[in-house]
Amino acid sequence: MSTLGDICAVACADLFRGDGAIMASPMAPIPRLGVLLARKTFAPDLVLSDGIATLVDDDGKPEGWMPFSRVFDTLWNARRHVVMGASQIDRHANQNLSCLGEHARPKVQLLGSRGAPGNTVCHTTSYWVPDHSTRVFVPDVDFVSGVGMARGAAEIRRIVTNLCVMGVSATDGCIRLVSVHPGVTLEKVIESTGFAMHIPDHVPATRAPHADEAALLELLDPGAKIRGTVTA
Amino acid sequence: MSPQVMTPEDVVAELRDGMTLGIGGWGSRRKPMTLVKAIARSGLKDLTVVSYGGPDVGILCALGKIRKLVFGFVSLDSIPLEPHFRKAREQGTLEEIMELDEGMFQLGLRAAAWNLPFLPTRAGLGSDVLNVNREIKTIRSPYADHTELVAMPALRLDAAIVHMNRADARGNAQFLGPDPYFDDLFCMAADRAYVSCEKLELADVDLTRHLLNRTMVHGVIEAPGGAWFTECPPDYNRNEALQKQYAASARDLASWDAFVKEHLS
Repeated sequence: MSTLGDICAVACADLFRGDGAIMASPMAPIPRLGVLLARKTFAPDLVLSDGIATLVDDDGKPEGWMPFSRVFDTLWNARRHVVMGASQIDRHANQNLSCLGEHARPKVQLLGSRGAPGNTVCHTTSYWVPDHSTRVFVPDVDFVSGVGMARGAAEIRRIVTNLCVMGVSATDGCIRLVSVHPGVTLEKVIESTGFAMHIPDHVPATRAPHADEAALLELLDPGAKIRGTVTA
Repeated sequence: MSPQVMTPEDVVAELRDGMTLGIGGWGSRRKPMTLVKAIARSGLKDLTVVSYGGPDVGILCALGKIRKLVFGFVSLDSIPLEPHFRKAREQGTLEEIMELDEGMFQLGLRAAAWNLPFLPTRAGLGSDVLNVNREIKTIRSPYADHTELVAMPALRLDAAIVHMNRADARGNAQFLGPDPYFDDLFCMAADRAYVSCEKLELADVDLTRHLLNRTMVHGVIEAPGGAWFTECPPDYNRNEALQKQYAASARDLASWDAFVKEHLS
């Protein structure tokens, strides 16, 4: 029996299908687990940093130097796929990391825009949202840090949340539902999302890990310390 | 130029109210905190601070030293949100800010370092970074592609302060940790650059570790422990306990006063 954490880790791995030898930049433990799983299975060419300045291969051995200056080089070169977090995401898949309320005098100051504007216009971007709610999914973000398709994003691949997987519509760039995690109802996804999204007539369930993937996940995350943090 | 060996107080004596000051390092990593502390103790005010922000920004915000902040983020790394910066923003005590994408920030420093008015980039296009910084313009490529690009203006600095692992009295300096960050650009973007170091003696290491040479440096300060509680590997890791104490001091005025009394006066 797969847990919600297993499902989310596999959904994060699936983000990288077809990516080849690019730098994967997961910004949280669950997407990082996804990258490690993808690399051990269908995406062996992915390049991954230790989170400091060293590229580490599949055996954990150093294989390159990636200080911040070269992260910028790599992202402007577009050979990168980032999985960012988001304080807010709106129906156009714009993302906010900066602040809540008015920018001139915010109600809540967050991190600042970080690299989100540059990431989104230059290369493939996905998001991981561990707390899918109307607080995160709002009609319009208070500040556009990462841009959606209508504002010129290179590619918004997927948004993986603790409830479902979303994507963007090829026609209007707005958010569409891709799949709902097993054990989660469509109603729960709809009431936890602060705008109307495109919903297909038949909503598939997000896939569970294959037996080999389940074994690898246990190896990569013994005792489900990381996966265990995911709750609906 | 012939760099001088100076004290932190000598550096402060060369700074003026209203100056634009670049601060090297990244977040809570290899920040020139001995020099920041000297500024904290001084009467300097109305500074424009340009920083990949960490506790340097938080402290100078809390002490009311900053008139304008130029930043891409402010974070303590292990504590994602910088509480003193947060407070300053939410209470409206920062008179002016320029919030940038962190890549735009680098290009602004690089433009200044290269004596260019701007450098073009896609970073920032379509985002609210351009809406809240009306002074940042876009340009069209003069070539057949006619691409619209952000013309990131030079972030010219009156002075820069950075902290390195090792330096010599002539102004050559080495980073021995994992990442040089953008300390070379900060120094080259500045009219005057001040480099504090853990030890005033170069290490016998690969020449690629020599990030700064004496064309870039005006003053050298020997400051063991000069990154304070921020990390400075391989000399020392971050002092997480002290960083926690610093973060908790944003709770109320009494906590902050106690922190200032113990560490910043």
